[in-house]
Formats: sequence, C-alpha cells, structure tokens
Amino acid sequence: MSSYPSLTGECVMFKGHNDDMIEGYYAKPSGKGSFPGVVLIHHAPGWDEWILEATRKLAQHGFATIAPHLYHRDGPGSPDDIAAKARAEGGVPDGQVVGDIAGAMAYLRAQPEANGKVGLIGFCSGGRHAYLCAGSLSNVDALVDCWGGNKFADNKNNPAKRPVPPIELTEKITAPVLGIYGNDDKNPSPEDVNKTEEWLKNAGKNYEFHRYDGAGHGFFNAPRPAYRPEQAQDAWQKVFAFFQKHLSK
Amino acid sequence: MCTYITETAKVVGSAKGPKGWMRIETANIYFDHPFHAPLDHSLNIDFVGEIDGSTQRVAVELSADSARALIERIEAALASGEETHAL
Repeated sequence: MSSYPSLTGECVMFKGHNDDMIEGYYAKPSGKGSFPGVVLIHHAPGWDEWILEATRKLAQHGFATIAPHLYHRDGPGSPDDIAAKARAEGGVPDGQVVGDIAGAMAYLRAQPEANGKVGLIGFCSGGRHAYLCAGSLSNVDALVDCWGGNKFADNKNNPAKRPVPPIELTEKITAPVLGIYGNDDKNPSPEDVNKTEEWLKNAGKNYEFHRYDGAGHGFFNAPRPAYRPEQAQDAWQKVFAFFQKHLSK
Repeated sequence: MCTYITETAKVVGSAKGPKGWMRIETANIYFDHPFHAPLDHSLNIDFVGEIDGSTQRVAVELSADSARALIERIEAALASGEETHAL
C-alpha cells in the first residue's frame, strides 16, 4: 500500500466556447475509481505554475481537476507572454469564460472515472469568474470563491467584455457556496465580502464564509510575499471538506 | 485583485529580447500581480514589437519604489544627456 495517493497530470485539449478547442491541465487520482470533478479557474496573471500545482493538489485529495487555459486563443507562445497579450486586450469576455468553463465541466463529466458531480474553484479574478459561472450555468454542484473581487459594478474594468456584475446573478446560483477571504484584502475588502454575504443571505442561498485575520489577497500563493502558511493550510482543509461533502455520491 | 487596467504608451525605438533586436512602437504598462518577480504587486512594462511577423515582448517587473526611482533616473539621464550633447 502506498504512503501517498498517486495521481497523473497532463495537458489536454477540450471543446470550449464556440466549440473552440482549448488547452487545459488535467490532474486526476490514479487507478480505477469514481471521482468527483473540479474546474479550477486561474487568476489574471494566467495559467501559471502555481495554478498547475493547485490542480495537482486537488487531485492528490481525490478530485479529478481540470484548469482551463482561458487565454489559449491568444497563443501560441509561453503562458506568460500569452497572459500579457490578453491583459493588453483588456482580458477575455465573460461570455467566452462561461462557455469555456461549461466545456471544461462537460469534459470532466465525459471521463470514465467521473462520478458526475462537478464543482468550481477560482482564485482572484478566477473567483469572480467562478461566481459568474455558478450564476450562469445550471449544472454546478459546488462553488468555491477564493478572494474573488470586482463582483460588483466596476466601470474601469471594460463593461463591453464584462457587462453584468456577477453579484447580480446571485439569485440564479443553485450550488452551495464556500467563500475564502483574507481580512487584510483590499479587493475584495471586508466590506465587499459583507455585501456579498448580504446578497447570498437575501437570496436564501446555502453558503459558508471563512475570513482570515492576518491574511490579504492571494494568501494561498506560496511563491508570493502574500503567502500565509497557517491560514492557507486551514483554508485548504476547508476547501477539501466542502468539496467532499457536496461532490461525493 | 487582478485587474486588466493597462496604460499604453506609443514609443519610438528598439528593444532586445531573446530573439534579438526589434523595433518597438508600444509599451503596455500596468500595476498588478507579477508573473516572476517575488512581489505581490509590481509595475510591469511590456515593450511590444515584431520579429519575422511574430509579436514579441521585452518584459520587466519592478517594485513600485524602484519604478519611481527609475523615473527619476530616466529624467536625470535625459537632462544630463541633452546638456552634454547640446540638444
């Protein structure tokens, strides 16, 4: 018997928005099984090494996880060059993100090892995207929002590409919601998180928030000064427990 | 929070990257999460050009303090250079 669960990780192509084939990183537990699925949505710096590490971390804990490359269409090239190109263009349209995430969810459900349940987890702008997708798609089984900001109207942030503030889709969310936030974060600030909670409460949604003192934005990200090991360890355990509760069959 | 807020400057000049020298006409400037620098936020500048029809960039990621210090040194270099060369 192995001391640690085995996993595999590889780049795959899947059908996203407009039936475009885009790249994703798919990590899953090894061996036969019926595994719950997770779509991991990257932050604005792009599809970087930390995103791949987080994808493998979820696979290590029993979740077949795919991280789509939302900037794939700006390639070919290295992921950081592609991310810079996407940034210079004002990011990717929300409609395209929703289509790509829907495609990623379909990819997971089509795998022989899938148990049929799929959750979303997003970090930073990925958290915003996860909230957006949970309010736009009917087949999301769990939502984890890690410090997603700009859920409310933000006129600086290209309304042509981001026409609907995700918070206005709260009523349509059917998935249980886990929110992970640092109380030193400026966006989302504690006040922003209070407002998000108010929207969820008023809509009668199933949610739980964990708000960490001594942590700011991006506190899971080990290569960055923002990393907070104690808070990150605790919050990851919350994520695994939440997904196990809501994605198991 | 990551944003896509980017300032763009028209520039005249050249930049040297991994594939050699190229003419540049655009610099994209933003203050946000870096890709490589060990900072939470950095002042990022992408000098963008083309080599053999393919878009290339020369990228730098700087702390806010060093970016401001760089602005001062750029102004100082221009002032002394223009005086020296009687421009």
